[in-house]
Amino acid sequence: MGVEGIGARVVRKEDKRFITGKGRYVDDIKLQGMTHAHFIRSPHAHAKVKKIDSSAALKMPGVVAVLTGQEIVDDKVGNLICGWAITSKDGSPMKMGAWPAMAPETVRFVGQAVAVVIADSKNLARDAAEAVVVDYEELPAVADIHAAIKAGAPQLHPEAPGNQVYDWVIGDEGATDAAFAKAANVVKLDVTNNRLAPNAMEPRAAIADYDAAEEHFTLYTTSQNPHVARLVLSAFYNIAPEHKLRVIAPDVGGGFGSKIFIYPEEMVALWASKKVGRPVKWTGDRTEAFLTDAHGRDHVTHAEMAFDANNKITGLKVKTYANFGAYMSLFSSSVPTYLYATLLSGQYNIPAIHAEVVGVYTNTTPVDAYRGAGRPEASYLIERLMETAARQLKVDPAQLRRTNFITQFPHQTPVIMAYDTGDFNASLDAAMKAIDYAGFAARKAKAKADGKLRGIGVSCYIEACGIAPSKAVGSLGAGVGLWESAEVRVNPVGTIEILTGSHSHGQGHETTFCQLVADRLGVPISQVSIVHGDTDKVQFGMGTYGSRSAAVGLTAILKAMEKMESKAKKIAAHALEASEGDIVIENGEFKVAGTDKAIAFPMVALAAYTAHNLPDGMEPGLKESAFYDPSNFTFPAGAYICELEVDPGTGKTSFVNFVAADDFGRLINPMIVEGQVHGGLAQGIGQALLEHAIYDANGQPVTASFMDYSMPRADDLPSFNLSHTTTLCPGNPLGIKGCGEAGAIGASAAVINAITDAIGKNNLEMPATPDRVWRTIHAA
Amino acid sequence: MYQTTYHRPSSIDEAVSLFGKSSEAKFLAGGQTLLPVMKQRLAGPSDVIDLGKIKELQGVELSGDVLTIKAGTTYFDIMQNADVNKAIPAIAYLTSVLGDPAVRYRGTIGGSIANNDPAADYPAALLALGATVKTNKRSISAEDFFQGLFTTALEDGEIITAVSFPVPAKAGYEKMRHPASRFALTAVFVAQTKSGEIRVAATGASQSGVMRVGAIEAALKANWSPSALDNVSIPASGLLADIHGTAEYRANLIKVMAQRAVAAAG
Repeated sequence: MGVEGIGARVVRKEDKRFITGKGRYVDDIKLQGMTHAHFIRSPHAHAKVKKIDSSAALKMPGVVAVLTGQEIVDDKVGNLICGWAITSKDGSPMKMGAWPAMAPETVRFVGQAVAVVIADSKNLARDAAEAVVVDYEELPAVADIHAAIKAGAPQLHPEAPGNQVYDWVIGDEGATDAAFAKAANVVKLDVTNNRLAPNAMEPRAAIADYDAAEEHFTLYTTSQNPHVARLVLSAFYNIAPEHKLRVIAPDVGGGFGSKIFIYPEEMVALWASKKVGRPVKWTGDRTEAFLTDAHGRDHVTHAEMAFDANNKITGLKVKTYANFGAYMSLFSSSVPTYLYATLLSGQYNIPAIHAEVVGVYTNTTPVDAYRGAGRPEASYLIERLMETAARQLKVDPAQLRRTNFITQFPHQTPVIMAYDTGDFNASLDAAMKAIDYAGFAARKAKAKADGKLRGIGVSCYIEACGIAPSKAVGSLGAGVGLWESAEVRVNPVGTIEILTGSHSHGQGHETTFCQLVADRLGVPISQVSIVHGDTDKVQFGMGTYGSRSAAVGLTAILKAMEKMESKAKKIAAHALEASEGDIVIENGEFKVAGTDKAIAFPMVALAAYTAHNLPDGMEPGLKESAFYDPSNFTFPAGAYICELEVDPGTGKTSFVNFVAADDFGRLINPMIVEGQVHGGLAQGIGQALLEHAIYDANGQPVTASFMDYSMPRADDLPSFNLSHTTTLCPGNPLGIKGCGEAGAIGASAAVINAITDAIGKNNLEMPATPDRVWRTIHAA
Repeated sequence: MYQTTYHRPSSIDEAVSLFGKSSEAKFLAGGQTLLPVMKQRLAGPSDVIDLGKIKELQGVELSGDVLTIKAGTTYFDIMQNADVNKAIPAIAYLTSVLGDPAVRYRGTIGGSIANNDPAADYPAALLALGATVKTNKRSISAEDFFQGLFTTALEDGEIITAVSFPVPAKAGYEKMRHPASRFALTAVFVAQTKSGEIRVAATGASQSGVMRVGAIEAALKANWSPSALDNVSIPASGLLADIHGTAEYRANLIKVMAQRAVAAAG
C-alpha cells in the first residue's frame, strides 16, 4: 500500500488551511460593488400575502431595491422542482403544488420568503427589512401528519386534495397476506422517526454576480453538487443557459444532504443581481438555517412482522406516513420510497414484503434527504422490530438475527435490491466479542446492585450506497443519471491534477483521492492536487451524497488513470525501446520488467509534452478523462451494539460502551473512515437521545435555536470502539462500499434497543430524553 | 445588532454618571445574555456601558465566616479561586457545571444574578446560602433581591458590586442540565448554616423563578440525609413545563437533585 497509498492513515492535506483559519468559504468572498440581501420571511405557518408596502424601506440609506414574490413570478423565474417522479398505487402521478422562489400569494411555512431587501450592507438591508410592511391574512395551519390527513384539515395545495402527495406501494401484497395468514407469531410495532434539523456548521450562503456585457452569471454557493445546481438553474429556473452560468462551490462547511438542493435564496440572488446590476450576497444565519434548510426524517409507521414456528421471518407489512413539509424539495419524493422501502429487508431473508407510503403536506419546513436519507428510517424500523420480536418470542436478540441472516450472495430481496456480498455473521461476531456480550448479564446484575438500570441493544444495519446504475434509477423516476466523471491532467513536469465531479465538504477527498494516484504511480501525494467544485474547471459531475464519492467518484478517477497510464506506458516503452507489455510502474518510475532500464514519471510527462520522440501517430499531451456508471448499488453493512445505564431517578442515559463493526469493503484511509463513522454515530445517537425539530399545533417552530434544539456535544457521546470486517464490493474494481452514512443509519436503533432493554418497557419514542424515559419507567 | 454607543468606564461612579446621561442604557457585564439578545435585535440599547474594566468589581475575599465575591468576577476565576474552594466548595462546583468553557471565561456572577434567568445556577446558591447582594447604593438579602422571572430588586442604574455569602456548615449543589442550553433543567442547592438552619433552593423548576423548597427543608431539618426525602412529595403545580421536561418531571427532579445535593454536601 505504500506510506501514502490505499489503506494508509494519511493525515488530511486540507486540514492545514482549515485549522489555521485559511479556508475560503462563500462568506469569505467579497466582490467589487457587492450588495447584501436580507429576506423578509413569513412569521405565519399559513397565510395569504395581501399587500407588501416597501415605500418607507426604499427611502432608507443604502437600500438598492426591495423585490417581491410577484416580481420573480412576473419575470418568469421557474418554480422549484422535485426531481424524482413517484407514481401512486392507482397509477396517478404525484400531486404537487407550485413552489415559487418567493411567495407571491400564499405562504405555507414559517420562514418562507415573501420579499428581499438588497442594500449596501447586511445591517442596512436588515434595518430596511423592518420597515417593509407585509399585510398577511392568516389561514388555519396544520403541522402534524395525523392532523393533516384528517377530514376537514386545513388544505395546503389545491393540486393535492387531502394534503396527500402520493400513496405508493412496493412488494407483493398477496404473498405477504398469505404469509401472515400462516404465521405462528406476529409482532407489531408503531414507531415515529423524529424530524431533525441538519445543522451543518457553515450556514448556507450565495453570491451572484451578473456580467451584463457577457450576459453571464457567476454563482458562489454552498453546494454539495455545483453541476447539478447549474443544470437545474438553467433547465428549469430560466436563470441562464448553462454556458452562461458558472457555479462555484468553494470550501463548504458540512452538508449532510442539506446542501444538495437548490434553494430559493440562490435563485433570488441570481435574479436580483441582474436586476440591480451589482453582485448580491446572502449569508444565512442560524435561525434561517433552522427555518429553511430542508429537514430530515419525520415518519410515522405501523409495521407487522410474521414468524414461523422456528422464528424465521415469513413476511413484513409496513405502512408509513411521511411528512414532506409545505413543498416538495428537490429529491424529497425518493427518500421515503426508493431510498427507504427498498431497504426494508434489512440483513434478513424475508420472503414477502409489502410496504405502503403516504406522502403528506404540512405547514412546516420542507423535508428532504438528510444523512442516510430513508435508510436510517428503514434500519431503525427493522431493528426495533427484531428487538421487539426477540422480547415477544423470548429468544436472544442476537440469536434471532442470526436465525434470519442472509448468508448466500447475491441475494434478491422482494423490494428491488439485489445484495451483492456481505458477511453479517462476521460483523455481529466482531461486535459481540468487542462488547463482551456473554458477560453482559453479570454486568447488569452488578449495575442493579448500584441502583442503575443497565441495558444492551443490537442493531444490524444494511444500506444501499452509490445509488446506481443510471438506467435503473431512471426507470424508477429519477430525473438525473448517477454516474461520475473524472479527468487526469498530467503537467509537463509530472505533477498531476485530478478533476472530479465529486465535491468535498468535509469528507477529505483532497487526501483520499490523491492516495489512489500515489498507490498507482508511487508518487508522493504532494505531487497531486484535486480540483473540484467549479463548473468552469470540471466539465460535469453529480456531486457528493449517498456515500457515493469513493465507490463512484474514485472509480471514475481510476478509469481515467488507467487510460493515462496506458498512454504513458506507450511513451515509456518507446523511449526505452521496449515492448509496451513489459512496462511496469514502480515508485514513480516506468520500468522494463526484470531489467534495470527505467524512466522516471516526470520524464514520461515531459516527453508527452515536448512531443519530440513519441510513437508514430500518437497525439502529444497526457490528459485523460472517464465517466463511470456503476452496475449496482453498493451495500455497506454492519453490527452496532450499545451498552448503557439509565438512572431511574432522572431517566438520564449514560453510555458504558458503544461498539461498531462495519463492512465498508476496501478502506482508502482508515483514519478518515473512522472520522466518518464517529460523525455518523454522533448524528444517530443525537437522533436517538437529543434531536427533535418540533412544531406546535399551529405550525410555529419551537426549536429554532440551539437554546432549544439539542445538538449532540462531545460529552453526550461515548468513546467509540470501532472495527471492520471486510467483504470487497464486487461491483467496482476497488472493492469500495462507502462509509459516510453508516453511523447515522445504524446507531439509533442500538441506543433505543438498549434503553428499552434497561427499563424493561418496549415502547419508547425518539428522542429518548430523560423526561420521556423517566415517564416511561414510571408509567402504569 | 442595532447601532449602539459603547462606553468603558474605569470606576463605578463613572459608570453611574454615563448611565444617567443616556436615554436607554444597559450595563454590560460578561455579555453572555445581553450580546446574543442584541445580535438577534431583541434588544437595542442606545448605550452599552461595559463594567468589565472596573477594578473595584474584581476579586474574591474571605474574611472570617463571610466569603465575598465581587460582581465582575468571572465564573472561571470563581471556579479556580482557592478561598472559594476552601470556604464553600459547592459554589466552585456549581460554577464548574455552569455553561461551557467559553461562557465561564466571560460570564460573571453579577451579570447572572442581575439577569435572574429562571434557570440560572447562581440564584439558587444565593437563596440557599442566605447571601447578601451589595450594590452601589445598599445591601439586599437574596430573598428580597430575586423577584420572579428576569426581575430583581435593582433600580434603574443601580450596579451590583459584590455578593457576600455566610460560610455554611455544609452545602451541596446538584444539577440536571438542560440538554440544549445547559442551563438548569432543574437544580437544587442545599445548605446547613453554622447556626443549624436548613435552606434549600431550586432553580429551573418554578414558573416564578428561583424558590425555596419548604417541604424539603422541613424533612432535612428533622434528618439531614438523602433518605429523609424518600417520602417527600413535591407538587407539580406552578412548575415549568416545556419540550424538555413536564412539570411532574421537574417536581421529581427537585426531590432527586436535593437528595443528591445532600449526599454531595456530606
